[in-house]
Amino acid sequence: MKRIIAVLLMVLALPAYANEAAPAAQDPVLEQRVMRLTSELRCLVCQNQSLADSHADLAIDLKNEVRSQMQAGKSDAEIREFMVARYGDFVLYRPPLKSTTALLWAGPFLLLAAGGLALGFYLRRRRKRLTESELTPEQRARAEALLHARREGQTR
Amino acid sequence: MKRFLFPLGIFLVLSVFLAVGLKLDPREVPSPLIDKPAPPFQLAQLRDPGKTLGPGELKGKVWIFNVWASWCVACLQEHPLLVELSRQNLVPIYGLNYKDGRDNALQWLDTHGNPYTLSAMDADGRVGIDYGVYGVPETYVIDKNGVIRFKQIGPVTPKVLEEKILPLVRKLQG
Repeated sequence: MKRIIAVLLMVLALPAYANEAAPAAQDPVLEQRVMRLTSELRCLVCQNQSLADSHADLAIDLKNEVRSQMQAGKSDAEIREFMVARYGDFVLYRPPLKSTTALLWAGPFLLLAAGGLALGFYLRRRRKRLTESELTPEQRARAEALLHARREGQTR
Repeated sequence: MKRFLFPLGIFLVLSVFLAVGLKLDPREVPSPLIDKPAPPFQLAQLRDPGKTLGPGELKGKVWIFNVWASWCVACLQEHPLLVELSRQNLVPIYGLNYKDGRDNALQWLDTHGNPYTLSAMDADGRVGIDYGVYGVPETYVIDKNGVIRFKQIGPVTPKVLEEKILPLVRKLQG
């Protein structure tokens, strides 16, 4: 009985540990802006995560940096520039259009064009093959004669 | 026979792409800081926090800037190499003690040897951000005009030291 009461008390006490999540910052609007910008920036320590998602030490530092720059009135573009100046275009999940990234941007369209060309080529060859296989009048006459002969043979 | 040529061609192209991809190291992010002036800072010195250290004072000489920390395991890997380099007196090595505690850092230097002419304390990592640090250790070669000429991310290996850093230092020292 004592044990049951003890367990019951423990269960009842659980909600006491629950607490409102601490507010991410005093200013939810600012925090949203921080999240929006950092979700487009790559965490360099854990390269397949964005700064917003990452809990790496450096990512937290950089998030704080972004926040304090926003508080200082910097625009998103200025902060992005700040990051690129230090870590290179690699921090951007949307790489800018440059000579080194031209292939990256144009690649899908090049592939599409190549696919279109290949399809056109294939269709033309196919049509040629189909028309070529049509019989000349003599061949047709001969084929009919043969078929006719066979049919007659069957009826007999 | 001819019908196999097309898939074979695709296979070859793919193989080449994948082979090149294997050789690339995604950790080697080209630094935009190369050929840019070393970002200025003024930080307390590790051993003597009353004094400061900054790249401004080092103008006129070629120096190596090494970012390290006592908690950094990979730093131990390159450390003997740096100690050896400092003994040769070819080029001064200055350290940036990155996000570390003073006591830990000093103890680490006592245990493993101190290759640094001086180290600056970057306790909150703010200067590290300016230098684009994301994987300690990182090593920079900075020329007489205070311009970054080389950056190594991760531990300096004997190969990098012999083939890249030392020739560059000699060239810059003229």
